[in-house]
Amino acid sequence: MSGERAQAALLRAARWKPWEPVLWLLAFASPLLLSQYSAIVNEIAIVALFAVSLDLVLGYTGIVSLGHAAFFGFGAYSAALFAKHVMPDPLAGLAVGIVAATVLGAVASLTVQRGSDLTRLMVTLGVALILLELANKLDWLTGGADGLQGVIMGPVLGRFEFDLMGRTAAWYSLSVLLLCFLLVRRFARSPFGVSLEAIRDNRLRAMAVGIPVGSRVAIAYTVAAALAGAAGALLAQTTGFASLDVFEFHRSADVLLILVVGGTGWLYGGVLGAIVFKLMQDFLSAITPQYWTFWLGLFLVVLVLVGRDRLLKPWTWFRRGRAA
Amino acid sequence: MLTILFDGIAYGMLLFILALGLAVTMGLMNFINLAHGAFAMAGGYVTVLLMQRADVPFLVCLPIAFIVPALLGAVLERTLYRPLYNKPHLDQVLFSIGLTFMAVAAVDYFVGSTQQIIQLPEWLRGRTELAAGDWRLGMGHYRLFIIAVCAALTVALQYVLSHTRFGSRLRAAVDDQRVAAGLGINVNVVFLATFAFGSGLAGLGGALGAEVLGLDPTFPLKFMIYFLIVVAVGGTSSITGPLLAALLLGIADVAGKYYIPKLGAFIVYTLMIAILIWRPQGLFSRGAKA
Amino acid sequence: MSDIVLSAQGLVKRFGGITATSNVTLDLQRGARHALIGPNGAGKTTLINLLTGVLDPTEGRITLEGRDITRMAPHRRVRMGLVRTFQINQLFPSMTPLQTLAFVTSQQRGVGARFWQALGRDRGVTERCEQLLEQFRLSEVMDQRTEHLAYGKRRLLEIAIALACEPRVLLLDEPVAGVPAGEREEILQTVAALPADVSVLLIEHDMDLVFSFANRMTVLVNGAVLTEGTPEEIAADHRVREVYLGTGESHRPAEVAHA
Repeated sequence: MSGERAQAALLRAARWKPWEPVLWLLAFASPLLLSQYSAIVNEIAIVALFAVSLDLVLGYTGIVSLGHAAFFGFGAYSAALFAKHVMPDPLAGLAVGIVAATVLGAVASLTVQRGSDLTRLMVTLGVALILLELANKLDWLTGGADGLQGVIMGPVLGRFEFDLMGRTAAWYSLSVLLLCFLLVRRFARSPFGVSLEAIRDNRLRAMAVGIPVGSRVAIAYTVAAALAGAAGALLAQTTGFASLDVFEFHRSADVLLILVVGGTGWLYGGVLGAIVFKLMQDFLSAITPQYWTFWLGLFLVVLVLVGRDRLLKPWTWFRRGRAA
Repeated sequence: MLTILFDGIAYGMLLFILALGLAVTMGLMNFINLAHGAFAMAGGYVTVLLMQRADVPFLVCLPIAFIVPALLGAVLERTLYRPLYNKPHLDQVLFSIGLTFMAVAAVDYFVGSTQQIIQLPEWLRGRTELAAGDWRLGMGHYRLFIIAVCAALTVALQYVLSHTRFGSRLRAAVDDQRVAAGLGINVNVVFLATFAFGSGLAGLGGALGAEVLGLDPTFPLKFMIYFLIVVAVGGTSSITGPLLAALLLGIADVAGKYYIPKLGAFIVYTLMIAILIWRPQGLFSRGAKA
Repeated sequence: MSDIVLSAQGLVKRFGGITATSNVTLDLQRGARHALIGPNGAGKTTLINLLTGVLDPTEGRITLEGRDITRMAPHRRVRMGLVRTFQINQLFPSMTPLQTLAFVTSQQRGVGARFWQALGRDRGVTERCEQLLEQFRLSEVMDQRTEHLAYGKRRLLEIAIALACEPRVLLLDEPVAGVPAGEREEILQTVAALPADVSVLLIEHDMDLVFSFANRMTVLVNGAVLTEGTPEEIAADHRVREVYLGTGESHRPAEVAHA
């Protein structure tokens, strides 16, 4: 009874699956192989990071947040302002965006520790709306409805200039995504990360085994905010501007959908959901530019009626009598 | 200042009627219905279209603005909402957001995205001024009308809840569904009727509010947060809770936008967050209904 | 003279107009095998909720090892060794028994907040996990998601979780509730095999179990303490018999238990 069997079983879950390195290699190769699509690769990487950050909140801790864009936008504006007024170095700007979002997250985490699902929905929504209002009203700083323009970035690490095709941008975003992903992966497999899942599954029992639920939730929320801020900073840096829509409800709703489509609680859900969503959005927007939200809405309705877990199993769609 | 109070009360009463259906749905079915605003929008657009295209008088439109969303609500409840009552809140949120997106896009497609203007009948336009100086009270007739209609509805609802059989069945079902069903109360019928009625009220509110709040396809998304505030702060265990919360919200919003226009809605959101941190169950809620 | 490890003094809990707990005073001695009995709705689980901090008392005091814990957060009480099980299983559906016990044990050993190391690296944790899995006959199902386990196994896991917290004071809320007769033995044996220095408060309806286990009993009726004493005293108390059986009955629980 040396614990070997238990240890082997536990560590098995933490091991890299064979398809994972393949996925990442393909991702990094894509700006090279499909260089005219570098821009969309960049977008996907950013959205993936945003979605993975939400997974920490929703998939791992069980908080339904309708305002995660608050941290995304805060990171975007912070990085943009830093580049414009202080220095254009991308990594420094990224750090600033992350720190800013972390601080905001720490403050906001005070609001999500208690209360029902509805309460938490409200406060997360409220925080995002407050920031939207602020960004709108403080137009001398943020450019208001016109957005913050003219964010010109210096070369990454002093060497890699942002090229017109967007390849540097894509690799930059992919690198940040990978790094963050590795950190979150480690975090999720740790005792801390597993305790978050316990909190999600049964908050009462988690308390009853000595888990300080409030502080764990706050920490998870803050870490998620930091990652969302990183994604926002990447967006501002790679597109060269920041506008009010980074705070809009649509952003929070879209990322929620992305994560749900990809699957919550396994981190890759954010990545896969981002790929699917972005490709679909590109495709559908070309066909019906204005009414893309209609199809998105229809998709959501069908998704829920069919059952989230059955989405990836088409053979179960029409089977009746299954407990959804 | 009194005028601001008056306007705030009018706004608040309107919000109350709009949000009441949501509060009851939340309390009764434990269903987070973010599409509630779409029913309000439906009522508003029905009114506008009837008035513009068919020359129907405003007052006649109001009951229709109640009935059409009510019927719509009844149909949707029976077909789409009912299977989702026991699903996790995340699913309900996703579903209702999806419905909202569909409604918004559909209205945009069929009617266009411009603000709709309502031509109020002559006797509802105009203003009455009372007193003078600092204590001047300017009462817009339309706002007076809104307050009167909403107050009458509130009294009627309170009466129905406390003095009729349906009312007591509803209250029983809100308190404890299983027990209510065990007592022979047809919970499905109660749900259907309540959902339809709440949607109808929202439609009526949308029609009444078109002039005051503005009406365009983004209405459900814009005002969703306000409805949710009324419900979250007011609680779902009474009528008076949401009423007080709506009045508070209405006055705070009007006063805030008047006295500190730079900050606008910021005040309302901050106030809401502060209240919810202090009392996560809402200001007026009786029990812990997490 | 054994000392008192957990004490509730004058506990009152009111919900609006209802008084669920009425001036309850209960002393748990070190190493006790103390049973809490009473008819359904007597407020036994409410009392447990008060003792563990899930509910705040309207009035009264609770002390653990001499320290006042009346306002202490639930998770802190667990750190001090006050652990409970639930009458209705409170488990983690998406996690396996192994994962569950692993993270609880990690928490107990002070490595629960580690965020850089994978769960399962710590040898001390994995050894203790295997021990518990063996003890509760969960080894074969250790990799199955809890939501897929049979009820009997789930009940065992419920108690295993509590033991993984290394309790000094253990509050068992109807441990064999709903467990089929054939599987009760495992649970009963585990309860009987608890270390002598662990103080146990047992809520139970099964009188056989109560009388074979307890050396002290408290009877709770309508939220208030009716009486307290040794099993023999309780069995002989006609008021207790009335509460359970109504007047005019001649059953003597003591005879039934020792049959």
